[in-house]
Amino acid sequence: MPHARHPRRWTEIWTGARDSLPMLLGAAPFGIIFGTLAAPSGLSAGAALAMSLCVFAGSSQFIALTLLASGTGLAVILVTTLVVNLRHALYSATLLPHVAGLRQRWRIPLAFWLTDETFAVVQHRYGAPDRSPHKHYYYLGSCLAMYSNWFLWTLAGVMLGRSVPRLEHMGLEFAMAATFTGIVVPMLKNRPMLGAALGAAAVALAARGLPYKLGLMLAALAGVVIGVLLEQWQEAA
Amino acid sequence: MSGRELALIGGMAAVTFLVRYAFFALGERVAFPPVIQRSLRYVPVAVLTAIVVPMVLLPDGAHWQLNWHNAWLLGALVSGLIAWRFNHLLASIGGGMLVFFVYRWIVG
Repeated sequence: MPHARHPRRWTEIWTGARDSLPMLLGAAPFGIIFGTLAAPSGLSAGAALAMSLCVFAGSSQFIALTLLASGTGLAVILVTTLVVNLRHALYSATLLPHVAGLRQRWRIPLAFWLTDETFAVVQHRYGAPDRSPHKHYYYLGSCLAMYSNWFLWTLAGVMLGRSVPRLEHMGLEFAMAATFTGIVVPMLKNRPMLGAALGAAAVALAARGLPYKLGLMLAALAGVVIGVLLEQWQEAA
Repeated sequence: MSGRELALIGGMAAVTFLVRYAFFALGERVAFPPVIQRSLRYVPVAVLTAIVVPMVLLPDGAHWQLNWHNAWLLGALVSGLIAWRFNHLLASIGGGMLVFFVYRWIVG
């Protein structure tokens, strides 16, 4: 038993799920809100559940709903999804050294299930000093917990949306504005970040009349460019 | 599920998976050029701000509401204040929503 002193596979899976618990609770309201808002935004119950199962990316699912509700076309939604999810490429680049030795049948599902939450706990586990060969089972445990959690809360939201008619007039979509505000504000810790936010806001407001939500893409681009320029300027100073 | 929904979900699933899998697929150590790495850090702030600011300042999508009758603005300000002061996401969402709904109920 060469690995006897290391946590067993099942222990790793269980610990990964357990360490994700706060984030399971945190994801619950978003799953409910997503499921509830699906129908008023023009997405059927089946499509909402399928989206949670096949896409499994909370923020882009929310944004897709917002864009759908305003009649945005498919291509713009897909480009927005790409931009919103680009940060996942950074996560996978960071985790790559730890999964590079795994077979594709591991790497494919672990990539599919990679979320902000799982990245946070798994990165912490890989940083632990023990040399357990089963850390990818911990990663798997976090993934399975987050995935089933997201699906179940989406289902709960879809059912809630059906039992409460005219939900779209209750202003629940404000939850999205509150969520995005709560995520963005703590990130505004320095001038480049603040500049990126202000620049993106200004361009989004100025270009809001453009078709296909092109203003959103321009605003994102402007924000990123301003942030990078300010950072370089700060370093040079 | 309609064909349009199928295309939407299929497309979003493909895009999301490819972004998550691209580097895992390579399986070797790869590094982003520093300028890309830098740029990606600003993406969440830029995109989320660009979505939320017009939502809050023009709740009906057409008319500026820069006044105290705007529950969206008030709720978002409270969310932002809680997030800034306590850095607690759920408290920030809950506090903002509470103010939003109470204010809408009072103002009618």
